[in-house]
Amino acid sequence: MAAGAGFLLDLGFGLLLLAVATFALRTRTTYAAVVGFVAFGVLLALVWFRLGAADVAITEAAIGSGLTGLLLLNASAMLRHTESAAVGLQTRLPVRAAAFVAAAAVAAGLAVAVLALPSPAPTLAPMAVAGAPATGLGNPVAATLMAFRATDTLLEKVVLLLAIIGIWSLARDELWGGRPGRRHEADPKGTLVFFARLLPPVGIVFGVYLLFVGADHPGGAFQGGTILAAMWLLAIMARLSDTPAIDGRWLRFWLIAGPAAFVLVGLAGLALGEAFLAYPQPFAKPIILGIELAKIVTVAVTLAMLVAGPPERPGNPHR
Amino acid sequence: MNSATWYGLVGAALAGIGLYGLIVQHHVLRKILSFNLLGAGVFLLAGAVARRGAAAGLPGDPVLQGLVITGIIVAFAATVLAVTLLLRLGQATGSASLSPRALDGATSSDGETKTSLDANEASPRAPPAATDPRDGATH
Repeated sequence: MAAGAGFLLDLGFGLLLLAVATFALRTRTTYAAVVGFVAFGVLLALVWFRLGAADVAITEAAIGSGLTGLLLLNASAMLRHTESAAVGLQTRLPVRAAAFVAAAAVAAGLAVAVLALPSPAPTLAPMAVAGAPATGLGNPVAATLMAFRATDTLLEKVVLLLAIIGIWSLARDELWGGRPGRRHEADPKGTLVFFARLLPPVGIVFGVYLLFVGADHPGGAFQGGTILAAMWLLAIMARLSDTPAIDGRWLRFWLIAGPAAFVLVGLAGLALGEAFLAYPQPFAKPIILGIELAKIVTVAVTLAMLVAGPPERPGNPHR
Repeated sequence: MNSATWYGLVGAALAGIGLYGLIVQHHVLRKILSFNLLGAGVFLLAGAVARRGAAAGLPGDPVLQGLVITGIIVAFAATVLAVTLLLRLGQATGSASLSPRALDGATSSDGETKTSLDANEASPRAPPAATDPRDGATH
């Protein structure tokens, strides 16, 4: 691995990654910077494959590049009127020089740390492989997320919920309970509507497939849920669907269903005398799949509502 | 040098690039973008460390890879919140910069930005005419 075609490929990927990051930083318009950032995310996903981390690669492509890209593109379009004012501003040279020195020092320090990493690298891989049979999951990353470090995954869901609360809190008072986002305009005979009818059936099947395959192979509820969210957002943008009013009961139910199922299973583990989130041995896999099933819907709804933003239109007055 | 070490160095450089952009950029959207570059560099560092921990037939340390996945998702949640706050700032001030110079420019000296501010104040902040009065009463 030290030499040869594989390393040359890695060398090229790394240099390209740095070049695209620099482009995203230095390009003049915000829009071009965001496009550069999306390209950066796709490249980074390829790098994750090269690092033997297919699960991370799928997450990076779906979230880091895909959804973040959509969010930033949308924001750059909505902020276009502020562009001219911000372009004229230049940070003063001494500040830039100091920032450069600080950034270079941080990068150099990290580089030294990378070169000084201990040589028989410490690893938890053997322990993960040894513990995996007890979970019934063949994918050690899934076993990590759902069993060994399940508390992290539970708290991550809570973070997403907190982000939703934070975003809804930015709504104007009179629009509380309204629908997020603008009502999109779409030509009913246009390409967008065509694809919004064509892609969702395929995307929904693929999203659910990712959930089930994630037990033994790269994939999982989060990655699958992201695809479901993307399909919903596509339908919303093509005006085939609309964002739900934020005080809807079903919406609230699905937002908390995933974390709630997780917490209930955790408390059951505590009640059965073992520990919080201890899965009873022979049922570990069905329980984990049950949590994942609730999670995929919650993830899809949460991500779509996060991207949709705070309510901007009055909701259904008849409720 | 092997691939893992090389990507570790790339991660270190990315963290530096992101930090520089975070300090120097004026447009807050580009600050957020730079912060994500910084985060990507840190994740890549973790990925390099995970790769070095390849053992027991696995291509990398799955525990560290799992933590990176959680990290990417939490970074996304923070990014969404930051972008939404920024859009609100843009609605309220007509500016997407935190610099006092930009805010001054928007309110007094620069004629062009002032008009854009007025336009903004007029439309999105006014209560929408379409609001049904019953909507408020039902709550």
